[in-house]
Amino acid sequence: MTATTARLELQGIRKQYPGTLANDDIHLSILPGEIHALLGENGAGKSTLMKIIYGVVKPDTGAMIWEGNPIQIRDPAQARSLGIGMVFQHFSLFETLTVSENIALALGDQAGDIKTLPERISTISKRYGMALEPHRPVHSLSIGERQRVEIVRCLVQDIKLLILDEPTSVLTPQEVKTLFVTLRQLASEGCSILFISHKLYEVKELCHKATILRGGRVSGECTPADESTLSMAKMMVGDETPVSNTYEKKQGGEVFLTLHQLNQISHDPFGTSLKNISLQVRSGEIVGIAGVAGNGQEELLAALSGETLTPTADSIRFPTGAVGSLNPTERRQLGMAFVPEDRLGRGAVPDMTLTENGLLTGFLHGLVKGGMVLSGKTKHFAEQIIQDYKVKTPNAQAHAASLSGGNLQKFIIGREILQNPQLLVASHPTWGVDIGAATAIHQALIQLRDQGAAILVISEDTDELFQISDRIGAIFDGQLSPFKPTAQATIDEVGQWMAGVFNTEEAAA
Amino acid sequence: MIKLQPRREPSALMVYLSPVLAGLLTLITGAILFTALGYNPLTALHTFLIAPLQDSQGVSEWLVKASPILLCAIGLAVAYRANIWNIGAEGQLLMGALVGSAVALQFPDSESKAVLVLVLICGILAGMFWAGIAAYLKTQFNTNEILTTIMLNYIALNLLQYAVHGPLKDPEGYSFPESAAFSAGATLPTLMEDGRVHIGFGLALIAVLLVWFLVSKSFLGFQMKVMGMEAKAAKFAGYPEKRLTWLVLMISGGLAGLAGVCEVTGPIGQLIPNVSPGYGYAAIIVAFLGRLHPIGILAASLLMALIYMGGELAQIKLSTPAALTSLFQGMLLFYLLACDVLIRYRFIKTKPTTLSQGAN
Amino acid sequence: MDFDLNMLSNLLYAMVRTGTPLLLVALGEMVCEKSGVLNLGQEGMMLMGAVAGFITAYATGNLFIGVLLAMLMGILMSLLFGFIAITLNANQVATGLALTIFGIGLSAFIGASYVGQPIKGFEPINVAGLSDTPIIGKMLFGQDLLVYLSFIIFLGVYWFFRWSRPGLIVKAVGENPHAAEAVGLPVIRTRYLAVMFGGAMAGLAGAYLSLAYTPMWAENMSAGRGWIALALVVFASWQTGRILLGAYLFGLMSILHLVVQGLGFNVSPNLLGSMPYIATIVVLVFLSMNQKRIKLYAPISLGKPFHRSR
Repeated sequence: MTATTARLELQGIRKQYPGTLANDDIHLSILPGEIHALLGENGAGKSTLMKIIYGVVKPDTGAMIWEGNPIQIRDPAQARSLGIGMVFQHFSLFETLTVSENIALALGDQAGDIKTLPERISTISKRYGMALEPHRPVHSLSIGERQRVEIVRCLVQDIKLLILDEPTSVLTPQEVKTLFVTLRQLASEGCSILFISHKLYEVKELCHKATILRGGRVSGECTPADESTLSMAKMMVGDETPVSNTYEKKQGGEVFLTLHQLNQISHDPFGTSLKNISLQVRSGEIVGIAGVAGNGQEELLAALSGETLTPTADSIRFPTGAVGSLNPTERRQLGMAFVPEDRLGRGAVPDMTLTENGLLTGFLHGLVKGGMVLSGKTKHFAEQIIQDYKVKTPNAQAHAASLSGGNLQKFIIGREILQNPQLLVASHPTWGVDIGAATAIHQALIQLRDQGAAILVISEDTDELFQISDRIGAIFDGQLSPFKPTAQATIDEVGQWMAGVFNTEEAAA
Repeated sequence: MIKLQPRREPSALMVYLSPVLAGLLTLITGAILFTALGYNPLTALHTFLIAPLQDSQGVSEWLVKASPILLCAIGLAVAYRANIWNIGAEGQLLMGALVGSAVALQFPDSESKAVLVLVLICGILAGMFWAGIAAYLKTQFNTNEILTTIMLNYIALNLLQYAVHGPLKDPEGYSFPESAAFSAGATLPTLMEDGRVHIGFGLALIAVLLVWFLVSKSFLGFQMKVMGMEAKAAKFAGYPEKRLTWLVLMISGGLAGLAGVCEVTGPIGQLIPNVSPGYGYAAIIVAFLGRLHPIGILAASLLMALIYMGGELAQIKLSTPAALTSLFQGMLLFYLLACDVLIRYRFIKTKPTTLSQGAN
Repeated sequence: MDFDLNMLSNLLYAMVRTGTPLLLVALGEMVCEKSGVLNLGQEGMMLMGAVAGFITAYATGNLFIGVLLAMLMGILMSLLFGFIAITLNANQVATGLALTIFGIGLSAFIGASYVGQPIKGFEPINVAGLSDTPIIGKMLFGQDLLVYLSFIIFLGVYWFFRWSRPGLIVKAVGENPHAAEAVGLPVIRTRYLAVMFGGAMAGLAGAYLSLAYTPMWAENMSAGRGWIALALVVFASWQTGRILLGAYLFGLMSILHLVVQGLGFNVSPNLLGSMPYIATIVVLVFLSMNQKRIKLYAPISLGKPFHRSR
């Protein structure tokens, strides 16, 4: 094999799903030892493409050439036997099993001697600077540690191509740095790396080459070091879409939401208990809470929305008084609105129409009279959301599940905002949506703030929080860090908070 | 190769076509089964489906049979819409019959229809109480309602047996395990001069109407639907999960109890050990076959009643085994579930793999 | 009657006998549920096993062929469930219910002319030297062949989940089928095999009823045991050892009326007949009070249909 033979070459890959063309005529080539970025926004077809490479999804047409030989990859087992490893965005780990059981399961017969496996795991994890204990059950690991399990799982075998799907989106900034060290070490040993991301500065920092996807097609190829983030962004989203906006920071007025020493034990064995949470959100400001998933965000949201009631009513207060023991409907009546993390299944019922999904939380606003649903008003409400928030849908009778993520999210945000909330709590408001929708959602939030509403945003996307929030802090293991005006905070500082490096006394004060 | 491909949206057409398809498939399988058993399939199907309805007497009996099935199924549909798996209509029906009988027997010589009203209310309350046990355990301790309602069915059956062998046994009834016949005051009036069809059928129709109103017009019905489709979304929207659980179980239990008490005060006229030939279980099938929709359930319960009558008639005329009825019922539900796949998927022909097409 | 050691020995013996069908069905259902599939059709599969086993044994005079056919029938029924619930992705609860209703009807239909026919069933085999051990001798070493077989199957299932790689795969598939698919484990095949094992066990339990416990065929002779076994799996928190414990505990509960009568009390048999069902509810309530425990042990994807991504 000469250095010029590509490790993997894709020619004319095409994959059609009902209603969408996920991949169309994709060409891609990765050399040994190369760190190659696959760039594209949500829905551009990145995930489909790497599932094709890993044998999880079969392409309709197209050819794959592995080290000079045409091949067809039937399943992940075959991909692994070729030396292809993959780190999924939503980890493919089994929480109730241990680290080494997880690795043994995925490797199958290639796992070799089961008895020596834990030892090999330790050796490899040390060599690449990723500490792991083979006998720990996965549910006791942090998100960063789980990612290490996924990576080590690939390294235990002879690895030639490592695919990582949005690996940095779940990590703290410090963890990202450590990951990059490992990846560079791997590449220097000749391993090819396919790095999937939509974060341009990371790609610029790490990758030798980049292929950019837009709408399922290759929209450009480049050497990231030679490009500006702006030029890459244009390739990603096209010329029409504004790439990023900066918003004016505000101070806010009267305090609307007060959390005071909220303690709550989680009843879920895999959950996180909330410890001594204190926080104030003012009318007319956006407060952002950063954090790695699984650090108590879900529990905090459930306590705020009223899905779980707090042990003492007084730990959550509105200007009208304590609300900790009020149910979600009662809190809505006091001016709270809520955008949950999962669009399908919580924010909306997948198999119900948009009209019905408008009624889901809009029922307090004149859509129900004497226990009867007013069908005309309900339909009108949904149509107004669709119109005001530019939701792309054939009509209000379309099922929620048939909308794209971005459009459904716009619908949900619109539904909550149209109820004129005085407090909006939003969780991961732009998770998995395209840039156009994300911008629209951010603008809607800013506008709501400027109208004087208090807004609390919880997100794993630190960049987003820096962009829209006026004050920022982080949650770690059920505790809140101190909060600072965003203009005075640095990414590094917030990263430390996300990793739990803060004085809890000071934070609670 | 033929493969299943998900549809973008559930097919509205298949929602209605699937039960028809399932009925046809059951019919075809039935014909094959009859042929295999050595009967003329046409005669057999005629005996099963047409012969029972050839005179007004037959039609009257048909409605008599349909009444308890309809009452139970309409209640179950309310529960199933909210994703509450009440399998206990049979037990709730039996409790309605049992308690209704116990009350009716307190008025051996009464002519007053006030007694009847009391008996009916007690029957409904008994069904509600029996379903209420499951509701209490579900809302209080999160106990799975499928298993509790099934167990309550067995317990109700045992209680009924105990009652007809013991406290409610007719002292003058020789050794038969039956109660005394009810007084005129505790008997349901019939709707027609000839035949046994009683006002229970009318009550069932009223229930259909009320439930239709509840599920398609009221906000409560909407809340139940959300809870049934996505419990998390209902929780997020702040719908009262426990209260809705209680409500649907009270409705389905009450209606099943009414079905039971109508049986003993109507066509039977006394308490006997086999009040129900599995109406409560058949109602589960009817609820699904009728798409959990009141009008669909009305049609499906008429079909189910016909299968019961046909089974009896075929047993007499062709001496087929009695179990044929429940065999057909099971088959119908299976075919329905299989056909329902077409609501969410369609069959497509796939070409053999064309991976190499794009290669040069 | 005095409550002496002999009576205790007999009671333990009867407890194991009565608990055996529950043990078998519950073991099968547990394997099935561990793979993420909830099959409520146990009652139906059991009855089909009972009737198939009885008719075969009656016709051939060979009990073993009867048992074999019963298991085969159980597997066949489970495949019907598997096709609709796994391949066609139908609602597992509804499909399981359909299987039970169908099984009750079909078994009654097939067995109509065999009701009340006599057959010579499995006889107890005393293991020489051991069956005379006081108290536990008769219970462990004076049973019939199928009970011994149930001991072996129990140990097999225990070993399967404790030590074997396929056991690990079943658990993984039941916890997170999407992850399992992503790492290349055969989700569909695993689920089918687990469902088929459940069918075989239900069939075997049916054969035990009609060929050993009460050697005869009667409509609906399983009398809700399939449902009790389902509760048992929850009771056992999906742990093999606790299934054994639970099965025998329920066995004891169902023969309690014999004890009560033996002790000279006069209670209606119909009221005592409700005991196992009431006990099931009580146990379920007791367990569901601790939701944390259920969440900790229940297969995470239990009852959820799995759609392949390709």
